[in-house]
Amino acid sequence: MGIELQNITKTFTGYTALDNITLNVASGELVALLGPSGCGKTTLLRIIAGLELPDSGKIILEQKDTTNLPTRKKNVGFVFQHYALFRRLTVFENVAFGLKVLPMRERPSRSAIQDRVEHLLKLVQMDWAIKRYPSQLSGGQRQRVALARALAVNPKVLLLDEPFSALDAKVRQELRRWLRRLHDEIHVTSIFVTHDQEEALELADRIVVINKGRIEQQGTPQEVYDHPVNAFVYNFLGNVNVFHGRIKNGKVSLGTHHVDAPDELKHSEERASQAFVRPHEIGISRIRSAETDLAGTIQEVRIMGGQIGLNLACEGFEHPIDAEIPRELYVNLQLAKGEKVFVSLNRVRVFTGDYEI
Amino acid sequence: MLKPQPPESAPVVKKRISDPLPVQIVLIGLTLLFFIGFIFLPLGLVFAQAFSKGWEYYLESVREPYAIEAVKLTLTTVAIVVPLNAFFGVTAAWAITKFNFKGKATLKTLLDLPFAVSPVIAGLIFVLLVGSRTPFGSWLGEQGIKIIFSTPGIVIATLFVTFPFVARELIPLMEAQGRDEEEAALTLGARGWQIFGKITLPNIRWGLLYGMILCSARSIGEFGAVSVVSGHIRGQTNTIPLHVEILYSEYNFAASFAVASILVFLALLTVGVKVTLEKQFQKNSFHH
Repeated sequence: MGIELQNITKTFTGYTALDNITLNVASGELVALLGPSGCGKTTLLRIIAGLELPDSGKIILEQKDTTNLPTRKKNVGFVFQHYALFRRLTVFENVAFGLKVLPMRERPSRSAIQDRVEHLLKLVQMDWAIKRYPSQLSGGQRQRVALARALAVNPKVLLLDEPFSALDAKVRQELRRWLRRLHDEIHVTSIFVTHDQEEALELADRIVVINKGRIEQQGTPQEVYDHPVNAFVYNFLGNVNVFHGRIKNGKVSLGTHHVDAPDELKHSEERASQAFVRPHEIGISRIRSAETDLAGTIQEVRIMGGQIGLNLACEGFEHPIDAEIPRELYVNLQLAKGEKVFVSLNRVRVFTGDYEI
Repeated sequence: MLKPQPPESAPVVKKRISDPLPVQIVLIGLTLLFFIGFIFLPLGLVFAQAFSKGWEYYLESVREPYAIEAVKLTLTTVAIVVPLNAFFGVTAAWAITKFNFKGKATLKTLLDLPFAVSPVIAGLIFVLLVGSRTPFGSWLGEQGIKIIFSTPGIVIATLFVTFPFVARELIPLMEAQGRDEEEAALTLGARGWQIFGKITLPNIRWGLLYGMILCSARSIGEFGAVSVVSGHIRGQTNTIPLHVEILYSEYNFAASFAVASILVFLALLTVGVKVTLEKQFQKNSFHH
């Protein structure tokens, strides 16, 4: 096992940042800690690195209890949100730092350091910038150097704290694909923290969804996306339409309409429920094809690239419904603002109980 | 509501940003007048008075043994005070910006106390603390250690008065820089002293030097606190400002101003070093 976290709890004055977290990460795995800001995910990462101390719990890295080791002996690579490159040092000096501060008898020779730094900079495709200063590099380039610097000390685990969040959308996407390929190449056990569900879904072997200091769900991106265990996870993993209603006699009310309750809630007594529908799981047509179809009017059309976003006012519904349809369908149906259409809710997920984000 | 501006209105907007010409002339004129009245004129008078009895008398006054002793004492004080306060200042700024602890805000406020307290009172505090009439002072006297009316007292009083300069210069700088680089160094296996030497110190060096210059300038010129603890013993506990004051009260104006001109030279020197450093600081600031 690469990383074992046992019952980690951490409180700051006034609130609990982490509440009894237990988590295992297999060697060579790339795991995403996903959650809204303030959920404790960064605190958890900093505790693994030793930058914060847990109130209780154990941290085991590669079968070794490191809970009480000082940070510098933990041998973790840490990549910061804002890069944290040493501004007074060149790219070479930055990457060499972890090797040069080793005690004399463990320190590699000058030429060995030179070779290792050059190798790492090639790996992150930054070898051309070896003599530059951080201020002369773009954000994406800085983060690559920061990654090389973290890898220089052969860390047991690599921890990345929102590594791409300070970058613009295009670079962010490029860099995360590149990081995925790099991880497939070097296989270092890695945890990265993110609040961007797309990033987690695309990059991670496994996603751990955290909310309010607790783990809500963990699993492969597919599992978590297709089978969210509760309303929070469902809501956090993508855009949703939320319908507040009630479960009664095996039916769930959505506005004035009703749909069948899911099997596990068929015999539930009457209670409040929430139904969720993702915008891309809504069908739009010009003709009514089923009795459950809703009549609606297009209030707003948003061009989102390949997809078209529609804002629909539907009869019997208090709030407008958001739908996303392929551009082709939009063109074929000759839709426009003010047009009347029929709306089918293809996949309704129902959860009971309260939750907040 | 924002109204779209036609493109040709751009120069108009630009004109409106700066004040009209008469206002500029009046403001610049006032500033110049102030400079002439309060800086250039008095400085010129210092030199006029200093040379009022001719070159020879000037050189004699400056080379007189008591004057030389005063210069020596002042420079000794600066040489002790500035490194010590640089050390204390870095320590205080480090503690305040890199750690979280109770009473941090209070400590930050108290740092300004030496600026807020009148220097005379600062001097009196030390007389009350270690003067020969206090138990601690008399005990020190029995051990043969004299603080008040001798060099240690002058150094301590100057230390107190000039303490905030370095810390005040460093705290905003270190706050802006944050702890990220130190934390990165920590995860890379660096020890405390390696982090300080390789990361923190290079990041704050210009601010530190600048604080030290301000500290030197004040140490050279400090009068009030030093006056209370020194005892004005000629050739022993007289710093340059005290020596100037003594000569002046003896109606020896030419000599007094001659010695004062040394202070002016030292002040110009520090301002010169400061300007040079500021230029360096700006050149390097793109690394921030």
